Amino acid sequence: MHELPQQLANGLALGALYGLIAIGYTMVYGIVQLINFAHGEIFMIGGFGALTTYTALPSGTSLLVAIPLMIVGGAIASVAVATAAERFAYRPLRNAPRLAPLITAIGLSIALQQLVWQFYPDAKKAVSFPEIPGEAFEITSNLSIQRSDAFVLILAPLCMLALGLFVSKSRSGRAMQATAQDPDTAKLMGINTDRIIVMAFAIGAAFAAVAAVAYGVDKGQINFEMGFILGLKAFTAAVLGGIGNIYGAMVGGVVLGIAESLSIAYIEDIPGMQQLGGGAWSNVWAFVLLILVLLVRPQGLLGERVADRA
Amino acid sequence: MRHRSLLILTSVLTTGALTLTACGSRDDKGGSDNNASGDNVTVVIGVDAPLTGSLSALGQGIKNSVDLAVQTANKNKEVPGVTFKIEGLDDQAVPASGQANATKLVGNKDVLGVVGPLNSGVSQQMQGVFASANLAQVSPANTNPALSQGDNWGKGEFKRPFKTYFRTAATDVVQGKFAAQYLFKDAGKKKVFVVDDKQTYGAGLAAIFSDEFKRLGGTVVGTDHVTVKETDFSSTADKVKSSGADSVYFGGQYPEGGLLSDQIKKTGAKIPVMGGDGIYDPAFISASAEANDGDLATSIGYPVEKLDTAKKFIADYNAGGYKDPYAAYGGYSYDAGWSIIQAVKAVVAANNGKLPADARAKVTEALGKVSFDGVTGKVSFDEYGDTTNKQLTVYKVEGGKWVDVKSDTFNQ
Repeated sequence: MHELPQQLANGLALGALYGLIAIGYTMVYGIVQLINFAHGEIFMIGGFGALTTYTALPSGTSLLVAIPLMIVGGAIASVAVATAAERFAYRPLRNAPRLAPLITAIGLSIALQQLVWQFYPDAKKAVSFPEIPGEAFEITSNLSIQRSDAFVLILAPLCMLALGLFVSKSRSGRAMQATAQDPDTAKLMGINTDRIIVMAFAIGAAFAAVAAVAYGVDKGQINFEMGFILGLKAFTAAVLGGIGNIYGAMVGGVVLGIAESLSIAYIEDIPGMQQLGGGAWSNVWAFVLLILVLLVRPQGLLGERVADRA
Repeated sequence: MRHRSLLILTSVLTTGALTLTACGSRDDKGGSDNNASGDNVTVVIGVDAPLTGSLSALGQGIKNSVDLAVQTANKNKEVPGVTFKIEGLDDQAVPASGQANATKLVGNKDVLGVVGPLNSGVSQQMQGVFASANLAQVSPANTNPALSQGDNWGKGEFKRPFKTYFRTAATDVVQGKFAAQYLFKDAGKKKVFVVDDKQTYGAGLAAIFSDEFKRLGGTVVGTDHVTVKETDFSSTADKVKSSGADSVYFGGQYPEGGLLSDQIKKTGAKIPVMGGDGIYDPAFISASAEANDGDLATSIGYPVEKLDTAKKFIADYNAGGYKDPYAAYGGYSYDAGWSIIQAVKAVVAANNGKLPADARAKVTEALGKVSFDGVTGKVSFDEYGDTTNKQLTVYKVEGGKWVDVKSDTFNQ
């Protein structure tokens, strides 16, 4: 068990990444009850936006300067695509039967992938992304934290804190809560609900761009398909934590990440379970956990008031 | 009404986007469809490969190389009275798409032979379709032994399941054993950690490698599996590190292989990762900034760049103006396409210069007897449809490039 701290750290970093992406699913669902399956691609576009920003910078720019600029560049790209998607694909379908926007989201997801595949230079296979140089931080003999993992572990809580303050304290944030509770009444109270919905899409997209930069500096590469699996995992994290609840997204992400990495490391050590362990089964165990949680708490770990919506 | 116009705008935009991408992938076909002249017959060679998706770099190389073979044949009037043409279909490395493509190719009566696919798992679903139509299939890249030698090849019972199946690539038996011998004897590694991607190719290769490595006296200190298209293998990497292995063998393709190698090295375990031809691609190295120096791969044949027979192929390919490089299987794809052309030539010559009515069956029969000097060396097929060319090369990453370190002809 001496590698337990290391596996927990791996799971935590992976989970923080899931959580950042899951914010986008949960905010949009909380306000318009739409599962935005194109959100994985918004994340991917954030990554390509950040990479474009990096290549536009003069070579030799320190990563300390480059990374904030890349986050901004990625966020501009992802927010632009997300708000355009909301305006042109989802808003016209807002009063349509629920399946229509869902199918639109899936179609949009495929279209966005193919657009990047076709038009971004060299994106037909994975393209390299600047990595944070330097060795891992040796905390103890059996725990070392990669610099890129440290990056996401610091960034994710900061983003969550900022979002929490925004939603609970600012005028727009309270308008957002009101719209989530009852869009019609909110509108009668003078809230511009269209603006609030755009804002929810934009915040989710900005978080996805942060996640994409964190992903890029960790893996050293991004590709046009990367949003699919990660998007699916992040959506799972959002459901696990309670969809519609922003803190739930982060909690769900972390629980999912840790469950995956522990199942890879330890299930095969249980007598008789050797066949069911390792990386091959980590997704199975993650979903077993999801089912178990939903059996006991159908609203998710932190969720509330979902039954009357879904 | 405003609502409806927006809806229309959206659908027009989406359709536009989809059409654009669809148009884009149907490129560089020009020049091969001039079947105008009088008694000229058109013979279509089908090509099935992943033309989109993460393996598209390899798939585009396959399609372009077959296109080059076809254009060369047309230019030289290789078969008098016959004009060749390719029909390239995208299987996205998905078995079901491959099967649908196979059905489509069978339905076109002008198709007398098919080159492809890339993936062994896709081939499994296509073989039966081709066999029932008597249509010959030559894969430039399938390496799973069961495809040509039957499911019980491991027990020493060789039975060819489909007489229409041929390949210019050597099997994993050859490749896996060659890798184990190199790693144990030449590189002096004794403790290996084996990872595979659970696919027909990867899992098969890893199993053959493990058996041979143990037979030689080495130890497999641990095994794990990864899932295709996932990207976070840090937990597996930490297992590798704590197992104390001095090397890793990976059965799978380069997208996962490149990430796995980087993540293992990031844990501080500076040990080489070895794999098969699936990781022998520039993208294995270039996709990631962490140094892969020391990683190893086996691939079939001698390095194309070093073969005298390949010089013309490389020059012609570069002159052909193809957008994508010929990649790992270009030479084998050219040879696969050329073997079908040679089979058609033999059939036409035996039938007074005309295509016979049962051309497909005749071409399949003729393929078994084909023999010529191709890009990758002597091209001919044994009684199972496997290539008789068993040359292999070990490549090593040095200074961010694949460099060949050992080439040999495999004999048990």
